[in-house]
Amino acid sequence: MAEAPGLIEAHELTKRFGDKVAVDHLSFTVEPGRVTGFLGPNGAGKSTTMRLICGLDRPNGGTATIGGLTYQQLTRPLHVVGALLEARALHPGRSARNHLLFLAETQGFAPRRVDEVLDLVGLRDVARKRVGGFSLGMTQRLGIAAAMLGNPAVMLLDEPVNGLDPEGIRWVRTLMRQLANEGRTIFVSSHLMSEMAVTADHLIVIGRGKLIAESSTNEFIQSSSERSVLVRTPDADRLGKLIVSAGGTIQPDDAPGNGNDVADPNEGDGAVSMVVTGLPAPRIGELAASASVVLYELTPKLASLEEAFMEMTADSVEYGDSTARAAVGNRPAEEHGEPAEQHSDERSMS
Amino acid sequence: MTAQAPAIAHAEPTGGDPAGFRLMHAEWTKIRSVRSTVWSLVAFVVVAIGFSTLIAIVISNTWNSPGNHPNHARLLADPTAVIFGAGLGLGQLAICVLGVIVISSEYTSGAIRSSLLAVPHRIPMLAAKAAVWGALDFVVSAITVFATFFITTAILRSHVSVTLSQPGVTKAVIGGILYLTVLGLFAMAIGGLIRHTAGGISIVIALVIVVPPLVSLIPGTIANHVHGYLPTVAGELVAQTSQQSGDVLSGWQGFGVFCIWTALLLAACGWLLVRRDA
Repeated sequence: MAEAPGLIEAHELTKRFGDKVAVDHLSFTVEPGRVTGFLGPNGAGKSTTMRLICGLDRPNGGTATIGGLTYQQLTRPLHVVGALLEARALHPGRSARNHLLFLAETQGFAPRRVDEVLDLVGLRDVARKRVGGFSLGMTQRLGIAAAMLGNPAVMLLDEPVNGLDPEGIRWVRTLMRQLANEGRTIFVSSHLMSEMAVTADHLIVIGRGKLIAESSTNEFIQSSSERSVLVRTPDADRLGKLIVSAGGTIQPDDAPGNGNDVADPNEGDGAVSMVVTGLPAPRIGELAASASVVLYELTPKLASLEEAFMEMTADSVEYGDSTARAAVGNRPAEEHGEPAEQHSDERSMS
Repeated sequence: MTAQAPAIAHAEPTGGDPAGFRLMHAEWTKIRSVRSTVWSLVAFVVVAIGFSTLIAIVISNTWNSPGNHPNHARLLADPTAVIFGAGLGLGQLAICVLGVIVISSEYTSGAIRSSLLAVPHRIPMLAAKAAVWGALDFVVSAITVFATFFITTAILRSHVSVTLSQPGVTKAVIGGILYLTVLGLFAMAIGGLIRHTAGGISIVIALVIVVPPLVSLIPGTIANHVHGYLPTVAGELVAQTSQQSGDVLSGWQGFGVFCIWTALLLAACGWLLVRRDA
């Protein structure tokens, strides 16, 4: 079967470290011509998956191919794949130029290409300085220079904006966009939903080494902004029955750590708060009006991307809640304590 | 640093260099572009030539002093052992250190990931590294050994004449160079197995200077043979002018044993390099 040269395919990819499964029968494809975000909480297996694609780690099962070939089958791999897997993959005593030079020599690229990519990432002035003295941002730029060296059709970038200043972040985003527009495959990992929302056209979401979702970013945003409505009424029993008979789902608004508890100034007015899913706010209002139920509050809650992401991956968080919350920007997770499986099941089908 | 959108130039391979040549070219760039290489080799040359010269001067100055001079008889029986003994015995430690660093520093720094992204075939990379490091080690050792030989024999000329034309001397000089070359590869293999600079250096130094005297303390012929087959004990024999009583192996036999040790360790290193995650 003829493959597009830039198509990345993972098939049943599995990697274990001891008895810990880092990547668990993971299958997905990454298409050329767009930026594909690879999203998951810390420890979800993103870096390991990228290392498996690049042949740095040996899978325990499954395959990963680029344009139908495994990484080992590429004769001049840097000409096909540029990878920034970790910024510090270099000898601190070597100059930036020599680091790129030896990489270029393995592929038979002319030394002038080294100077081109140094210009490209803005490191010309420090080209002959030892990289041990570089800031993380400069090291990251050098890593991108190394990835660009072979003018590859595919780029794998593992958390490329880590350590970059705002200008650097904008530069990386522009670069990824431009490279994708040129028809290249851009596969970029991040644990930051917000970063992916602005850079990625397509998303592959994993948790605990398993695929959670694979969809376009727009679809993901729409589906993950799935509405829930906070309803407060003194007549919860009657309204509750109406909502359930209309196809809605009710949960009491008593999730621990819920911000509403703290923020609610009307506590003790006899009303009951509940979270309704499956019905839009206007429909709930109509139901209440038709039965003359008084509403104190009717608030549509749009889950932010990061909350949605948390919800979807809540089950798959590797290092416990606190890490995952920190990972998505110190937000209180799970606004309304909804079970995550419900979503992950239906979304992994898409 | 600028944030302008980049122009994408085309990187095309410049020529039809065979892959092996490209890999060796890259390994040469790697090895010459870090300071540890320069410093280790400078330390080797200075220590090796310096100590041998110092010993030669001391022997020369005390030649006619009263007392017992065991060195004199030894110098006449096996001149190269005395000439090289002090300097190369100490200087070889720098070769051991550099041999380990050549590969372990890639792991310690993480540069191995960059290397393996460019060269996913790990055995050819290891072979290219061994070839380049072995060649560099050979050249520097040749310069050092010949310099040591000519400087020390010049100092001792008035007391004892040692020339390359004497029986066994050329063999010993060449043997010294070959021993130092294989020693570098021996250290590199251990560096690649341990993948850790400090650990690798400790093990190589222990094998070269700690284990042999310990084993020689064990009485009995079996221990004597074990001692004789230890890698560097066997390997050093080739730098002698003639076989000494008590040597289990002849010079070339010993060198062969050392080469087998090194080849086995390199094979293990290559096998694990392929099997282990980088």
